[in-house]
Amino acid sequence: MMSANNEMHKVDHIRCSHVGEHCATSPGPAKIVVRDFHAGFGETQVLRNVSLDIYPCQRLAIIGPAGGGKTTFLRSLNRLNSLEHDFRHSGSILLDGQDIFASNVDVARIRRRVGMLYAVPIPLPLSIYENLTYGPRLAGIRDRHRLDELVETSLKSAILWDEVKDRLREPAHNLSGGQQQRMCLARVLALEPEVLLLDEPCSGLDPISTAKIEDALDELKSRYTVVLVTNNTKQAARASERTAFFLMGEMIECGPTAVIFTNPRHGRTSDYITGHFG
Amino acid sequence: MRASQGMPKRSPLGAWLDRKQDLFISSILLVVALSAISGLVVITAFIFKEGLPIMLQVGVGKFVSSSDWYPAEGHFGIFPMIMGSLAVTAGALVIGGVLGLGCAVVLTQFCPRWAVSILKPSIELLAGIPSVVYGFIGVVILVPMIRVHLGGPGLSVLASSIVLGIMMLPTVTSISVDALQAVPKAYRDGSIALGATHWQTTRMVILKASRSGLVAAMILGMGRAVGETMAVIMVAGNTLDVPDSILAPVRTLTSNIALEMGYAAGDHRKALFATGVVLFVIIMILNTIALTVSRRRSRRKSGA
Repeated sequence: MMSANNEMHKVDHIRCSHVGEHCATSPGPAKIVVRDFHAGFGETQVLRNVSLDIYPCQRLAIIGPAGGGKTTFLRSLNRLNSLEHDFRHSGSILLDGQDIFASNVDVARIRRRVGMLYAVPIPLPLSIYENLTYGPRLAGIRDRHRLDELVETSLKSAILWDEVKDRLREPAHNLSGGQQQRMCLARVLALEPEVLLLDEPCSGLDPISTAKIEDALDELKSRYTVVLVTNNTKQAARASERTAFFLMGEMIECGPTAVIFTNPRHGRTSDYITGHFG
Repeated sequence: MRASQGMPKRSPLGAWLDRKQDLFISSILLVVALSAISGLVVITAFIFKEGLPIMLQVGVGKFVSSSDWYPAEGHFGIFPMIMGSLAVTAGALVIGGVLGLGCAVVLTQFCPRWAVSILKPSIELLAGIPSVVYGFIGVVILVPMIRVHLGGPGLSVLASSIVLGIMMLPTVTSISVDALQAVPKAYRDGSIALGATHWQTTRMVILKASRSGLVAAMILGMGRAVGETMAVIMVAGNTLDVPDSILAPVRTLTSNIALEMGYAAGDHRKALFATGVVLFVIIMILNTIALTVSRRRSRRKSGA
């Protein structure tokens, strides 16, 4: 399964050479294609008619005021919303052309390919080492050396290795908040995913930890498709290639970050970016 | 009175009364709390005062290790009863613990909400059934079943364990459910987002995170099993032998007291109190062990 993932990466690298520029209308080979996606919980409609392409090896920032459906959209991409018993949706989300809501889909495998980092770090009640090997073990990797190697490389990618290499057996709860979030990033990377979903990953962190996370993400952008939900428009401007603006459950517009921030097509977008509301 | 009429400003008198009222209520609460504790102290003191002299007279070692219980001849050895209580409690813990924990996992992790709203109250309803009814059902249905299918007299360790296991279900289940529900939902999301299935998440994360609560559930269930008397008397057989198999009849410490209290006098009566002392000590030891385990686990979990 993991070797299949590695092959996916190679394919991604090839695809990265001809990335499209425009949302929804672009003919380029998108990693994730969202079409006419509606979603809600029980009686509440959260997302309306979202159509969006997410291109490989690019960082897409999703901005917008609270309650706009950003997180719901993100949690749809790895089917985490399906855990809620009253979740309902229509429309489609295709990952490499495969409908992730199809009944014959292995959901656990989708979640390994589409890794997620939460706003609040969630260290599982295990040691640091066990946290990192949790996903790979479930994916069927048993070989000690392979696991050790995964732990080391993913901790290095998350810029945490030097701080924790001598205390891998300690409970993950002992780490500071910023370290915990980087450990959670490393834990996702240990799955060797293709897509990274980041749900306001720095909202609870101090500026130094935020900088470390952003540095780590910057290093990773060439290898992963990244979707970053953020309330921090500055972060969106500096840490993404494309930006989508969500408002009241609808996607108002989406385009290259430089265009969205300098010359948006919609008045609501520029109002939000310049801080007139939200 | 003026203070309670919703006036925005307090007179100095009103404020003084409020302070006094606080003091008054907190001292009443203190008295209530102390009287609850004093109940425990008085009962303990009484049991020890009545039971300890005869234990010392017989010899503590002989009292707990001898198998001769002939009150008329002055032989007081309760070793069979101690073994009986331990065997029955261990059996009940296996049956009630496994069933209760299983119920709790299903109810909290794998059940739609409407099913939980039916199943949880029905399990809790078990606590409302009088123990004599459990014993009666045990005698009428369980005991003959064991006698016919497994052999032996039917009145046995096994029968008592099953009856007690079912009796402790509501305790074990509802406390385990609370412990499992106390696990932050984020753990579930975090684990599932890493590609774990629901069952893998439950087994590797949720059960682990709630372990100290689950141990507490087992302790309290065990307490119920050790102390239960009526149902056990009815299905245990009450012979004075050390049980040599799960099909053998037994007498527990509690049954011994209940069965003989009616006609006991003098040293015999005191020996029954001494039985109570031993029961008391056993329960204390069990609780201490279990508490230490749960405390050590929770400390390791929080990583302090």
